[in-house]
Amino acid sequence: MRLDTLTNSIGEWLRGTGPDSDIVMSSRVRLARNLAQFPFVSRATEQDRADTERVLRERIAAVPVGRELDYIDVGHLEEIDRRFLVERQLISREHADAQGARGVAIDRLEQVSLMINEEDHLRIQCMHSGLDLHGAWEQIKVVDDQIERVVSYAFHPRWGYLTACPTNVGTGIRVSVMLHLPALVITRQIDKVFRSLHKISLAVRGLYGEGSQAMGDFYQISNQTTLGRTEDELVQQVADVVPVLIDYERRARDFLVRETQQNVHDQVSRAYGILRTAQTISNEETMQLLSRVRMGVLLGLIGDVKLSDINSLLIRTQPAHLQKLRGGDEDSSDDIERARYLRHHFEGGDSPSRSTAN
Amino acid sequence: MKCQQCDNPAVFHITELEAGNVREVHLCEEHARVYLNQSEGGDGGEPGEPGAGEGKGQKGGALSGPLGVGQTAEDLAVLDKRCCDMCGITFFEFRNQGRLGCPHDYLQFEKELDPLIANIHGATEHTGRRPSRPVPAGVDAESGTDGLTAIIGLRRGMKEAISREDYESAKEARDAIRGIEDAWTPPAAKAGEENA
Repeated sequence: MRLDTLTNSIGEWLRGTGPDSDIVMSSRVRLARNLAQFPFVSRATEQDRADTERVLRERIAAVPVGRELDYIDVGHLEEIDRRFLVERQLISREHADAQGARGVAIDRLEQVSLMINEEDHLRIQCMHSGLDLHGAWEQIKVVDDQIERVVSYAFHPRWGYLTACPTNVGTGIRVSVMLHLPALVITRQIDKVFRSLHKISLAVRGLYGEGSQAMGDFYQISNQTTLGRTEDELVQQVADVVPVLIDYERRARDFLVRETQQNVHDQVSRAYGILRTAQTISNEETMQLLSRVRMGVLLGLIGDVKLSDINSLLIRTQPAHLQKLRGGDEDSSDDIERARYLRHHFEGGDSPSRSTAN
Repeated sequence: MKCQQCDNPAVFHITELEAGNVREVHLCEEHARVYLNQSEGGDGGEPGEPGAGEGKGQKGGALSGPLGVGQTAEDLAVLDKRCCDMCGITFFEFRNQGRLGCPHDYLQFEKELDPLIANIHGATEHTGRRPSRPVPAGVDAESGTDGLTAIIGLRRGMKEAISREDYESAKEARDAIRGIEDAWTPPAAKAGEENA
């Protein structure tokens, strides 16, 4: 598959459709699995890794997982292409930065991603736009069952699925939602919300998962524990808390419009103004301003921008995407290119790149 | 549970006993390393070496949380040297990296992992999905896929036999590996290979 064909789409998690997609960007379920006959990746020799990769690649290719998959040999990708897949949430940063034989199988809709030789031999991920955890869980079950027909996953009746890190043992499941919570940030209620999530054993992370900082008011909420409860219970644990968070965020947005309309209108208009006119702008600032404009669009404060445009810009202004879109122009810095891309976009052009096809 | 110093998951759960006071510390791998090094008084000396931490009681205190009350530094030094029969990882290496070496470690270090896992998950029994395919005939279902994981140890044994030019043992190991592989290869995978 040619990665560059993906630059023209925005990927499942930013499609901006699905239930409650004004607040819930995407719903994701992942399963950690290992082959019983090989050491875990961190202990594996180069030969073990190559054998693990080959067995998984060949056997997965032989079973129908409900979607046609393209296989990408991540071990032989250029760094920019690995970054590109990270930005699209198809592989993790750890997988991009790792060494040795590894790969990822993805479907054309970018809903299903199978990472081979990440921390575990296999990480299966299903990502749906908007709030659709149960849909993602139903889909991943099919993929997991199909692969299990042709491999022996490491399993123990008491411990469940055996994983490289004991934090994932048992179900190996991580259920997460990506939320856009700008009003809770502005009204300074976000910390309180996070504290209460920690109390019920849910984790809060930034845009790119473990260890990443929250950027642009986007947060991932996920389960912390994987053992002692069924997958359905763990999916439900996250599913139960999302409507509460949606309600908090909506109330905070209502409050902002009701009590501080001039102020909030000013904030989003300034954000919009900077995005349209800046001559140099960092990724972080872009995310922050796009977040505010996104809220402004949803509150009806900015009329001439579509939500799908904002979602598209959120991904296309990321460093590797930008570099691919600009087509190898090394003369100017990322920040200058990013500003140029944004100005051109808001002037009505689809893409300021000289070439999108290389 | 999150690390007290950052957002990463806490994989080290440490109970410190200081002048009669009990203090719990929950840290990720990276911060635990820094913390334990501080307890050891700097980078010098591998904590797993005999005598390390002796007398100071620091390391014993640092690890008594997950490892059970009453263990001494000497006990820990012995434990740290224990290694997996299959992949060869030592308990010290696991403690240091926060990652296990192979599926058999869950059985090899069961006693040590039990309290650690209980601390992380608040449970020690899996209640979720299970593989639908039965284990091969003659295999004890209670051992899960450990019979297949035995291949990891056999492969190491075969390599060692080759390096000391003991080809008879190497051949025995190879045949044993083939037998196990054959018994465990799922019928659907075999069918796929034949069609290929």
